[in-house]
Amino acid sequence: MARAMVSVPARARRGEIIEIKALISHAMETGHRRTQDGSAIPRDIIRLFVCTYNGTEVFRAELHPAIAANPFIAFSTIATESGTLALHWTGDNGFSVTESAALVVE
Amino acid sequence: MAPGRATRENSGARSRPPLLRGWWLGVALCASALASVAVAGEIPDAQRRSGSEFMSPQTRAMQDDDTANPGLLWVLEGEALWSRKAGAAAGRACADCHGDARASMRGVATRHPAFDAGRGRLLSLEQRIRACRTDRQQAPPLPWESRDLLALTAYVARQSRGLPIQPVIDERTRPFLEGGRASFERRQGQLNLACSQCHDGNWGRRLAGNPVPQAHPTGYPLYRLEWQSLGSLQRRLRNCLIGIRAEPYGYGAPELVELELYLMWRARGMPMEAPAVRP
Repeated sequence: MARAMVSVPARARRGEIIEIKALISHAMETGHRRTQDGSAIPRDIIRLFVCTYNGTEVFRAELHPAIAANPFIAFSTIATESGTLALHWTGDNGFSVTESAALVVE
Repeated sequence: MAPGRATRENSGARSRPPLLRGWWLGVALCASALASVAVAGEIPDAQRRSGSEFMSPQTRAMQDDDTANPGLLWVLEGEALWSRKAGAAAGRACADCHGDARASMRGVATRHPAFDAGRGRLLSLEQRIRACRTDRQQAPPLPWESRDLLALTAYVARQSRGLPIQPVIDERTRPFLEGGRASFERRQGQLNLACSQCHDGNWGRRLAGNPVPQAHPTGYPLYRLEWQSLGSLQRRLRNCLIGIRAEPYGYGAPELVELELYLMWRARGMPMEAPAVRP
């Protein structure tokens, strides 16, 4: 079950720097581990994280096998206008989760 | 955990290089030498410290920030499971009997393990949830350390955050408490170490670079960065037993539940932090 927790301030002043925090439930299986009988465990990771602000990309991160399970990503952007921040995670085995949060700019 | 899947539970012990193994033995010898000088007593109340006080400021910040604490992912799942119907009894959910967990489950985790009169023995919080599932919901019990069991436990334990730990000690539970105390103080395993030698006698010192905490179970189930997952107190106790090279008890074994009760009694009055984060 994929669950994500997104933290965006509900309100901000125009021009203010806001912090966005995103935590998602994912095993981030590296592909380098083996089971007890020696067979390889296939890789299963999140490959890409993208955040768009009213459709414009404001942050992008590529994820790799060395990143721990349940990755937590925090970044900042400038509040320019009221609207929606959409956070999108994509990965192996067709993994795709989108969360969005509303932001009111005064 | 599914069979055949590699486990991260013991990976630390397996991958430790031979040099460090010798180090471990040195620690064991030091510890036994120290113990022979002064028999470690119980920690005075004023000196008791939660495991979170031994952590780095970064890990503490992670625990205290609900948007960064990965344990909250399990709490969210537990909240969803709380009202999901299950079992043969015409599909009954936890919420159908217990209502709103924020009111009905407040303080419940501070009183577990608790005596179950029907079974005549102690039940840990996980066992209580499993028992409810078989008795009331007539559903198969959730497997030990499964995501669903951890999620429900985390959701219930979360409702006690900040409340003081207060296990019920009376004539029914006292024998279990004494049993737990005896196993805490009993030397065991190939390293011939007792829990008390590290956690009563040498807390605050370092073992392989890590601080030795006082072993207060204030935050279970908790997210351990080493596990990259949430885990129960019994998982932690089994890890410790493997660390002193003793044969670990199985999940739900009476010995582990007695030890849980003793540890909760030892931490009585300390605030609950579940779901905590530990390194």
